[in-house]
Amino acid sequence: MPFQFQFAPVLAQWGMIFDGAILTVKLSAAAIVLGFAAAILLSAARSMGPRWLRLVVDVYVELLRNTPFLIQLFMVFFGLPELGVRLTAVQAAMLAMTLNLSAYSTEIVRAGIESIHHSQLEAGYSLALTSRQVFQHVVLVPAVAKVWPALSSQFVLMLLASSIVSFISVQELSGTAAVIESRSFRSFESYIVATAIYLALALLLKLVLFGIGRAAFPRVSGLARVQTKGESA
Amino acid sequence: MNSIGSDELSFLLESTGWTLLLTAISFLAGGLIGGVIAILRLSRNRAVATVAILYIQVLQSVPVLMVLFLSYYGLALAGLELPPLLAASVSLGLYVSAYLAEIWRGSIEAVPYQQWEASASLALSPAQQYAYVVLPQAIRISLPPTVGFLVQLVKNTSIVSVVGFVELARAGQLLNNALFQPFRIFGAVAVIYFLICFPLSRLSRYLEKVFHAGRRH
Repeated sequence: MPFQFQFAPVLAQWGMIFDGAILTVKLSAAAIVLGFAAAILLSAARSMGPRWLRLVVDVYVELLRNTPFLIQLFMVFFGLPELGVRLTAVQAAMLAMTLNLSAYSTEIVRAGIESIHHSQLEAGYSLALTSRQVFQHVVLVPAVAKVWPALSSQFVLMLLASSIVSFISVQELSGTAAVIESRSFRSFESYIVATAIYLALALLLKLVLFGIGRAAFPRVSGLARVQTKGESA
Repeated sequence: MNSIGSDELSFLLESTGWTLLLTAISFLAGGLIGGVIAILRLSRNRAVATVAILYIQVLQSVPVLMVLFLSYYGLALAGLELPPLLAASVSLGLYVSAYLAEIWRGSIEAVPYQQWEASASLALSPAQQYAYVVLPQAIRISLPPTVGFLVQLVKNTSIVSVVGFVELARAGQLLNNALFQPFRIFGAVAVIYFLICFPLSRLSRYLEKVFHAGRRH
């Protein structure tokens, strides 16, 4: 018998699917905001901090960039309770996503900072700016403006990687798809619906990030941007 | 309470072998498809190029986990009964192909256009232009990002544990179910992944430095 698509049993659970998608959006948004904020602090520490602090940031970034997100998630959710820190699945997911994204974003911002020519800093100091002012206005903002496309694709990859938190039973979009699959036995249809929603969310996020880039960094032309691509978790 | 002994460690190392094999097969499979997609993407035929763009964009905009599930159930619906290693490789290969296609397209485009014109004026056919003039240069350009992507692939093979294939991440879960020492076990798993990925990351950065030596300020 040829396979027949039956979307009705899956779509009957639209309330659950909607809630799952909302949780995916919430988790991703929180991770993007917190992870990016952490990345800015880490970049500042790496640029202006003492030598040992730079080393700590470098080790943090390399450790997180060279281990799978899944294992980081397991460390946070299963490993931390052994040390006495007990988190709910959603809290653990948010923490792991934030840590992961902060490391990747720090690395991307580093590329932007390295692309700022040294004469820019000298010009800043000759205008009697303090080193904090030079970092903020001469280094950080132009650097972020240059690498905004790379940051954007990293943020989108985080949205996609958020599906992995269903491994620790978080009921976000892919977790919801698994539940619906086990209830309706329509596995292919369940995941097609979830995939279509991920696709829509990813395209929407790309659009939003493009708009933010346009609004926040109006003076950077497309040609001046540093071309570094994001990497998946 | 049991602790991690040599048996557990050899189990982890054995499953590391499976992770590496999975990485190798899916990289080869994805590379083959990705190479074809990259060339289709650069085709002068609008329709062909659009199909390639859609393929890349859609696969890069959905989670690997969904690609995994869909190709798993898709293969089953098509009546194909593949062994777990092969099924997992096919799924990862699809994901790999979209990213490698985009990396390699960029590398091919980075070869100066005059190279095409010069080789065309020597009466080389498009296939010959690719084979003898453009690809040798493009491969050189593509090496650093390709190695960088390999790191992503090694890490993403961990997701395959969800369909029961026992690679490194799954081995860690199984050990943890038996011993319940999550911090040490997943710590050990993380160290093994790090030992594979970190040298590759360094290699990628080194290649980048060597090939771009003239362009740094």
